[in-house]
Amino acid sequence: MDTQTFITLLYVLILATFVGFELITKVPPTLHTPLMSGSNAISGITIVGAILATGPEPGDFSISKILGIAALLFATINVVGGYAVTDRMLQMFKKKKK
Amino acid sequence: MTNRELIIALGYLLASVLFILGIKLLGKPSTARRGNFYSAVGMLVAVGVTLMHQNILSWTEIFATVLVGTAIGWIAAKRVEMTQMPEMVALFNGFGGAASMFVATSEQWHVAIEQGGKPELITAITTVVSIIIGAITLTGSLIAYGKLSGKVSGKAIVFSGQHLLNLVLALAMVGAAVWSIQAPAHLLPLLLMLGIALLLGVLTVIPIGGADMPVVVSLLNSYSGIAACATGFVLNNQVLIIAGALVGASGLILTQIMCKAMNRSLVSVLLGGFGQTSGSG
Repeated sequence: MDTQTFITLLYVLILATFVGFELITKVPPTLHTPLMSGSNAISGITIVGAILATGPEPGDFSISKILGIAALLFATINVVGGYAVTDRMLQMFKKKKK
Repeated sequence: MTNRELIIALGYLLASVLFILGIKLLGKPSTARRGNFYSAVGMLVAVGVTLMHQNILSWTEIFATVLVGTAIGWIAAKRVEMTQMPEMVALFNGFGGAASMFVATSEQWHVAIEQGGKPELITAITTVVSIIIGAITLTGSLIAYGKLSGKVSGKAIVFSGQHLLNLVLALAMVGAAVWSIQAPAHLLPLLLMLGIALLLGVLTVIPIGGADMPVVVSLLNSYSGIAACATGFVLNNQVLIIAGALVGASGLILTQIMCKAMNRSLVSVLLGGFGQTSGSG
């Protein structure tokens, strides 16, 4: 990675961190767990890295690729389960309000 | 930049915007469900354009793994009782940490051991950061899951010299990490660092009482964001950095809000040993 790329990525990191800090201000306590669960699903974005690690050399099961497949399995469970569980919680929340 | 690279980059941009909107809307009761939906669409877009990457050739392996993972995640999410939600979130969060740990290890293994190359310094540093935080998130979340579900005693497990032991282990872990950065092809420093990180995840969560667990899960959620972010630097991938930083930062704020709601300070929660007396969580 050259310095230029690193600096660009550093810009992205710092600005995204600021956005993250500003996004959440007043959250009612009932939403704490769903919000935690929803952002947990977003951290499953590692699935992108896992796909890239699993991607090359079809049929050839090197150790790096087996690690990639393990990552992909865990990341997929995290993403699918995370979004589904969050939706279930929010569904219940809506019914409660009515 | 080829057309393919352009579409991937724009897809990641769209996904990032959807994640930001998603978290924003999740903070209000009336829009929360829509927010979760936006963020799920963002994830689908990110995955979709990643599959267009020129190095993605192992279709069978990818689709088989995603199919199994989807089935497990879906069934687990549908079967879990409403009262067991926090522990389910803890478990999923641990899996996210595991994913970051495995991706970074895979990358180091591929570059240093299989290709015999030496990763650049920035890549090497972010790799060990990603492995360490991912590993701590994994075992820490598993203990939190165990405590919330009653599989591990919910009581705070404290013993004398605990903080000193953690400090010594943390220093040893940093030492192993520096060693691993300098000798990326060697297994010993890599495994040593990984082992200590996994142990530290357990040791830092066991002294915290069951009532404080939601705060800990929220903090570990923030960690898994930071791990994803570090993985983004390893792979030079902007959507990982953006989504990871968003979760890392917003997770930290949410942790603070949750601490305030139960009249505790984050430091007192983390030092542990008080959880069983604080009653309601």
